[in-house]
This record gives sequence, structure tokens and C-alpha cells, in this order.
Amino acid sequence: MSSTIETEKPLVPGSTAHTDGAWDVPVQTRSERFASAVHDDFPEVTGRELEWRLTPVEKVRDLIDGELDGGRFPAVVSEAAGVTSEWIARDDARIGSAGLAEERAAANAWSSFQEALAVTLTAEEFTEVVIDRTGDDRTPRAAHTIITADPNARGIVVIDNRGSARLSENVEIVVGDAAHLTVVSLQEWDDESVHLSSQFARIGRDAVLKHVVVSLGGAVVRVNPSAHLAEQGATGELLGLYFSDAGQHLEQRVYVHHDAPNTVSRVTYKGALNGDGARTVWVGDVLIGRTAPGTDSYEQNRNLVLSDGTRADSIPNLEIETGDIAGAGHASATGRFDDEQLFYLRSRGIPEQEARRLVVLGFLLEVVQKIGQPELESRLLAAIEAELAAVAVV
Amino acid sequence: MATLEIRDLHVSIETDQGVKQILRGVDLTIKQGEIHAIMGPNGSGKSTLAYTIAGHPRYTVDSGSITLDGENVLEMSIDERAKAGLFLAMQYPVEIPGVTVSNFLRTAKTAIDGEAPALRGWIKELRGSMEAMRMDTSFAERNVNEGFSGGEKKRHEIVQLELLKPKIAVLDETDSGLDVDALKIVSEGVNRVKEQTGLGVLLITHYTRILRYIHPDFVHVFVDGRVAEEGGAELAERLENEGYDRYLTGSTVG
Repeated sequence: MSSTIETEKPLVPGSTAHTDGAWDVPVQTRSERFASAVHDDFPEVTGRELEWRLTPVEKVRDLIDGELDGGRFPAVVSEAAGVTSEWIARDDARIGSAGLAEERAAANAWSSFQEALAVTLTAEEFTEVVIDRTGDDRTPRAAHTIITADPNARGIVVIDNRGSARLSENVEIVVGDAAHLTVVSLQEWDDESVHLSSQFARIGRDAVLKHVVVSLGGAVVRVNPSAHLAEQGATGELLGLYFSDAGQHLEQRVYVHHDAPNTVSRVTYKGALNGDGARTVWVGDVLIGRTAPGTDSYEQNRNLVLSDGTRADSIPNLEIETGDIAGAGHASATGRFDDEQLFYLRSRGIPEQEARRLVVLGFLLEVVQKIGQPELESRLLAAIEAELAAVAVV
Repeated sequence: MATLEIRDLHVSIETDQGVKQILRGVDLTIKQGEIHAIMGPNGSGKSTLAYTIAGHPRYTVDSGSITLDGENVLEMSIDERAKAGLFLAMQYPVEIPGVTVSNFLRTAKTAIDGEAPALRGWIKELRGSMEAMRMDTSFAERNVNEGFSGGEKKRHEIVQLELLKPKIAVLDETDSGLDVDALKIVSEGVNRVKEQTGLGVLLITHYTRILRYIHPDFVHVFVDGRVAEEGGAELAERLENEGYDRYLTGSTVG
């Protein structure tokens, strides 16, 4: 078997580095990582940095350092009552309210965009919005989006990415007090596309954000969501689903910052890999600050390997600065089919091929089932079935 | 009338310590409509027999034969055995994330019958079977065995038994861990299926408790990988009173 499975142990303050392998010890606590909106504030990227060492840097060099077209990225926002959408100037006061760039490609986008797309949910009745972004060329571009749920607002915003693109962008998500917001970032780019997306959420008091990353298409797709549980009682549910084919690089770096009392987070990312050079990266950083007594946190990543020649990195990091927590845990597993599941299905007469298809589909659908939007769920089911049709083993 | 015949069956498994022999010459004949209880102490090979009949890849058949109406079961794949009419109710049913009970059962029924069941009749049948096993019909939309209690998993096994209509069913410690109410529901389910379809049952158990509700025609005592004694229901009563001690004297089983 030529697949490489890399799983690093979580970092716990006070623990010492093992001597049995590579060990990524962050130089400082996660919340102290340098952040800036200015490209030149970040040093040159060599590809050896903690945040870049698992990324094919040379394939995204133009987005890290090159000149980016900061004009409006094609976006059509569906109209609905209780939703406003507008292009706002880069000096608008809202910009930067959820976070700042933490690496050079995101800062390049921040330095380059001319206007930001602002989508705001205002109604307490549940509202659905689709931002249809169909890219139509391979010019390196920058984009900036701000999604806001006003206090008590409820709804779902789907960023539907298709077509061709070379895009570096920042997405800010502001969840007002007691709002319930779902944001889905769906990457179904064509095979040549490259997409780097930093998504920052600030979650208010007793508010709930469900954030979903679905990456199926694109040559290199790196989506880094972070959730700042900034006020008491805030909840962040971060879900992810990815299916990497031959030669495809799909990466997600998740960061959850518990920064207020009684905050809750759940991180569940599941991926499948199939084909020579299929590559996935998942890094899950959770920081439970001194400010966050009563925190309840759990993160997990599972990868299903369907062929030889793939590589999945899965790295959970948990930092805890307070002793007073309700719970904190993590799990990470990368493996092949569960033989007992296959045996169970086959012992009921289901042929091997069909049993494998059911197990893979079920593995990935577990995340889809949590989205809570039936139309989108059916569409994702069809998209995953199409991916599976190409898998020899299924 | 289907007949499952097991002749001089020797089975081993690979362990970290090397190959380990588990079954050492098992002979059994189970006809449709009969109930056979296999009883024995832990480690005597009862579950190995169950999994070998179902075709689990962990078990290697070194010699002997298993036939169903003269057809060589050992040459069949796992799913072919199910299609031929064999069923294993598992001691620890497996959870399958993301696959709903309803999807699972319909897929299995379609595979066994070779055609999809007519929708309306199927839904009625499924609902009827779940209600008979006192499973809320909302279970149909839950993922297979996920978050089910021990008793719910066992009842779900019997729902499958009823819907898939095998000729011979192996029940592997279906009674273990059940409270008396669940035990009665499960036993009634097995008896009902047997009455309706003429099922043959190989009931594997450590305890005599379930035999109060499912009455065996034959009892086989399993010790150290083979049948040590055979008899009728009266043998179970004797085991109830005396335990397995008298079989274990001088035996290697701990």
C-alpha cells in the first residue's frame, strides 16, 4: 500500500514534544498569530511555514504574491424578503469587523479588492439566500464578502462556486446576538481552478453559526474557516465534506476560539480520497481561552481512503487555558473500509459493490444530513454519487 | 424443506500468537421448521460457528463441509449465502453512519428477491413488522443501529429476519443483555416468523433463560469446539440446574 497517512498528536499546554517524529509546535498561542490587512506586513512565503508547509505553494504563488484583479468577482445574489445585498467601498466601517488576514495570500486579497459584497439578513423569519459565483476566466483575482445576520435573524446563505477561477478571498461572517445563521461554502470549480479562501466568523451572544465547507471541484482548494465565539452562550458548528480525486489538493484549516463563558463548538470534517495524487489536509485548532469557563468543545476529522497513491493529513490541536470547562475532546481517523460494516450489509444479501457504495455514501452523507436544507442536501447527494461513479473500487 | 448440514467442520483464526484452532469437528443437521439450541460456556466456539456459516472472512475453514440442500455453502460469497436463505442475527449489530434503516432494508430486500418490492405493500410490511417488534416507525429514518440501545439493535435484527424471510436463521446470543420485556418481544418475534415461514432456527446462547420463550426441539452442548452432548429440551433444564462444570473437568477451556 503506497498511501501515506499522517496523523499528528494534539498539542496540550505543558506537554513535551515526543521524539518519535515530526512535531508541529506552534511558536505562540493560536490567538496571538500575526494578523494584518496589508500584504507587505507578511514575510515572503517559502513553503516551510507552519501554515503553508502542506500546501503546494508554487501552484498558488500568483495568489500569494502576484498582482490581483480587485474588481467585482462575478456574483448573483438571489432576492428574498429580509435580505439586502450591495457592493460597498473598501473603507466601509463594516470591513474588518469579523477578523483580519492571518497569512500573505489572504492579505494580498485584502490589499487588492476594490469593493466588497455585503449580504445582510434582517428578518426573524427563516430566509434563504444563494450567492451564485460562476467564474469565467483564469485571471488571478481578489474578493471580499461580508455576510451579516442581524440580531435575532435566521437564515441560510449558500456561496455557490462554479466555473473557472484563480481566486484569493476573505469572507467575513458577523452573527448578531441570538441570530441563527448557516453559511455553506460550496466549491464545485472546474478541474483547473485554484481557490484560497479565509473565512472569519464572529458569533455574538447566544447566537448560533453553522458553517459548512463542501469542496468537490478544483485543482487546489484551500478554505480556512475560523469561528470566534466572542460572547457568552455562542455556538459554532463547523462542518466539512470533501472528495479528492487524482491530482487534486483539498485543504481546510479550521480554527475555533472560545473567548466567552458557556460557549459550545462542534467540528466535524469528513473526506474521501481516490486516485493517484489525491491529497487532503485538515488542521483543526481549538483554543479555549481564560475568558471561556464552561466551554463545551469537540472536534473530529475522518478520512476514507479508496485507493492507493493518496495522502491525507489530519492534525488536531487543542489549547486549553482554563481549568473550568464542561468538556473538550477530539478525534481523528484515516483508514480504509470498515470490514465489519461491509460484512453486515453483505450478510443481508447486498452485493459487495453495492455495499461499498452504501458505506462510502453513508460516510459522507452523515455531514450532508446535518446541513438542514433539503434541496441542497439532494443536490450534494447527486454530486457525491457522480464522484463515486468514477471510483473503481465502488 | 431446506436442510443445513454441517459435517466434521474444523475452523481456525489468525491471532497475534499464530493460528488458533477453534472448531474441532462439528456435526449438525438443521431442517426448516426445527429449533436447535446451541449452548456452551464462553470460548467454546459458538460464535465462531455462527460467523463461519455466514462467511465472515476472519474465519478459515480447514476441513469439513457446510451445505444447504446439498449446495456447497463454503463456495458462496457472503451475500450469496444470504440469497440462498441463510441469515445471521448478530450479537453486536454494526452501526452504519449515513445509511437509513429504510434504505438499508429496501436495498437488502431487493437484493434477496432479485427485484424491488412494490412500494405500497413494502411500506405496509415494514411498518407492520416494526410495530410488532414495538419499534417506533421513526426508526425507519434513522441511520442503521446508530444510537440504538442494545435492545433496539436486537429488535431491529428480528425485523430484518421477518422481512428477508430466510430458510435458516442463526441467532447469535440474541438474548444477551436484554431485559425481560425485550427478551419476550424478541422471542415472540422469532416464534411468529417461524410460524409464518417455517423457519429453521439455530439459537446460540449461553443462558437457558431465552429457552423459556423459544422452545427448542434439540439442544446441543458445545465444549471446546465440538458438540459434547445432544438431547431434547430436558437437556437445557439439566444445564439450568447443573451449569457447564461437568463438561469442563479436564478440559482446556478456562
